[in-house]
Amino acid sequence: MKKKQRLVIRTAILIILGAALAYSLYANLTKEKSEVLKLNAEAPDFVLTDMNGQKHKLSDYRGQGVFLNFWGTWCKPCEKEMPYMADQYKVYKDQGVQILAVNVGESEFAVQSFIDKHNLNFPVLIDAKDEVQSAYQVNPLPVTFLIDKEGKVVESITGSLTEEGVQKLMERIKP
Amino acid sequence: MNEVKCECGHVNPHGTVLCEACGRVLDEKEKDRKLVDMRYEGSARRSQTYDKTIVDKIWNFFSSVKVGIWLIVITLIASALGTILPQEMYIPPNIPPEQYYLDEYGTFGKLYVEFGFHNLYGSWWYLILVASIGISLVICSLDRVIPLYRALKAQKVSRHEGFLKRQRLFGISTGANSNIDLEQIKINLRDKRYSIREEDGNLLAEKGRFSRWGPYVNHIGLIIFLLGAMLRFVPGMYVDKVLWIREGETKAIPGTNGQYYLSSDKFILEVYDKEKDKEVFSDALGKMGAVAKNYQSNVTLLEREGDAIPGEEPNLKKVKDYSIKVNEPLKYDNYALYQVDYKLDELDKMHFNLINKKSEESFGEIEIDLYNPKLKYELNKGYSVQLMNYFPDFEFDENGDPVTKSPVPNNPAFIFKMFTPDNPEGEVSFVAIQQTVEPFGDNEYKMAFAGIETKNVSALTVRKDLTLWVIGLGGAIFMIGVIQGAYWNHRRIWIQPKSGEVWIAGHTNKNWHGLKREINMVIKDTGIHEPIDQTQEQEKKIS
Repeated sequence: MKKKQRLVIRTAILIILGAALAYSLYANLTKEKSEVLKLNAEAPDFVLTDMNGQKHKLSDYRGQGVFLNFWGTWCKPCEKEMPYMADQYKVYKDQGVQILAVNVGESEFAVQSFIDKHNLNFPVLIDAKDEVQSAYQVNPLPVTFLIDKEGKVVESITGSLTEEGVQKLMERIKP
Repeated sequence: MNEVKCECGHVNPHGTVLCEACGRVLDEKEKDRKLVDMRYEGSARRSQTYDKTIVDKIWNFFSSVKVGIWLIVITLIASALGTILPQEMYIPPNIPPEQYYLDEYGTFGKLYVEFGFHNLYGSWWYLILVASIGISLVICSLDRVIPLYRALKAQKVSRHEGFLKRQRLFGISTGANSNIDLEQIKINLRDKRYSIREEDGNLLAEKGRFSRWGPYVNHIGLIIFLLGAMLRFVPGMYVDKVLWIREGETKAIPGTNGQYYLSSDKFILEVYDKEKDKEVFSDALGKMGAVAKNYQSNVTLLEREGDAIPGEEPNLKKVKDYSIKVNEPLKYDNYALYQVDYKLDELDKMHFNLINKKSEESFGEIEIDLYNPKLKYELNKGYSVQLMNYFPDFEFDENGDPVTKSPVPNNPAFIFKMFTPDNPEGEVSFVAIQQTVEPFGDNEYKMAFAGIETKNVSALTVRKDLTLWVIGLGGAIFMIGVIQGAYWNHRRIWIQPKSGEVWIAGHTNKNWHGLKREINMVIKDTGIHEPIDQTQEQEKKIS
């Protein structure tokens, strides 16, 4: 009887201590990851104005796939993938895929020159207060988030994309 | 169950060395020894007795003090190794750590990364080590404090002869036993604040038993301390971020989930002035040159009203104005903002004059906001300047084209098109700091540099720590345990009159000298001889 009690108490204490250890490990190892956006969770909503003064609210694009790209004019790899995005946008725009290109808070002058230089045909938004970047935990550029028609982040890709890569990604979020 | 029934009738748990009640030696091996081992009162450390299930095996592993000490030693060595080279968080973020350590420290650096010492204090094995110390602490303590408590609670006044004989302080007074004044001894003991129990004419005087709990109180403190450290991982308990803010800027404070915003009015750096400040400083200032007196950010704390999704213009309400200085943080709602760094004179605006190169006549000045330049700057009388391109952080790329390497105006360069009545088509001029290039031949006009405006930037640390009080509580309990165990001694004196003799034995958990002195004072003029220190006797014999 006593023996059984001892086993129960020991097991209980070990489980509590083990749980504390497991939690610490889990919390610590996911600490850096939690700074990155969670996949398959709802994409943080935002509202930004494009260069033509039109407001874009992410949640208004429910039902469409959203190709959300963060970029800067000085960033070479960002510049490289822009034409691919513009090309594929022509194809997928009518199939329900929306590109939103969020500039990380540069001047309108810099962004507008960039748009003119590359003939960008999709909405370009300026995140002047860094709020959207911090909501999406953007750090290295470029980074692209794929948001499906239910408003969930399906994937995030850091680094420059090829034309084929852009096309494949668009295919994935096509509703 | 393998309980051990002592001759005195007390039932002891299996593994007991000395009977909890009467102190009889139960373990055969111990019987040959001159002195008993009084650690944990000879109680049964449970761990060492049952070893059947896997739970028992784990329990026993952590119950060993030897294991505990090794865990501490290994953690100490690992922690020390982690300080040899800078940790990952202190190296430049744009280089992969493998590369950085190899370049900077060679093969040793490479090994350092491979073994994970570059991110030691957050690594899983380091955490497991620290947690194992915590587990060992809990189990070691439980396994010792419970039997010890039992043994001290069950002890009887009349201890067995064998127990008394084997105490370190032991003496037999013979002869004048009729003169022995037990009453006087009791009075003396009470004067020394002993609590006295009597049974069949035998005495047990005891004091300071609570000092035996000191180490366990100390361990409870440590465990609370560790729990406090663990709480940092719980979301919302701990924030440690940096906010760089330029004069005139309003930014969301990181770590506050967009609830608070800060706007910076001014950053001030004051240095000691030889003329104005106290004379005492003048010698030092003569030697040192400029010495900082004050780093200060004048800021306004704003709170967002209602919900706003990112990017939406937030509805901000002013909370308060404050001057953040070193050691004078802005504190609000568990958050604190500390002054930690600054940058002076960052380029903010540049001024240019449009002048005729020959006559040097100026046709007006333009002001370019380097963070938000305009496309076109109108001047009077048909003069205007168009900004064709702008490179805030200008350099030439591998093809020799001007590019910007960052969006920060560290080295601004411009391509202007100057429209004048003489040249309605416009003249193109490339202007960077200290240089002007005219790519399409000689121009009649140029943009002459006319001055800059700068702004200061301050860096503030955003800190929130709700775990501090837990850590403080743990620390306080830790100290109470240390004091309890260190400044009090658990002393016991047994006195047993036996036919024609009086036996006296004494035990303390430390400070034997103090106990001896106390016994001498207690037995003074009572006819009892001073007990012998049997350990000293043994040592004498050996030497």
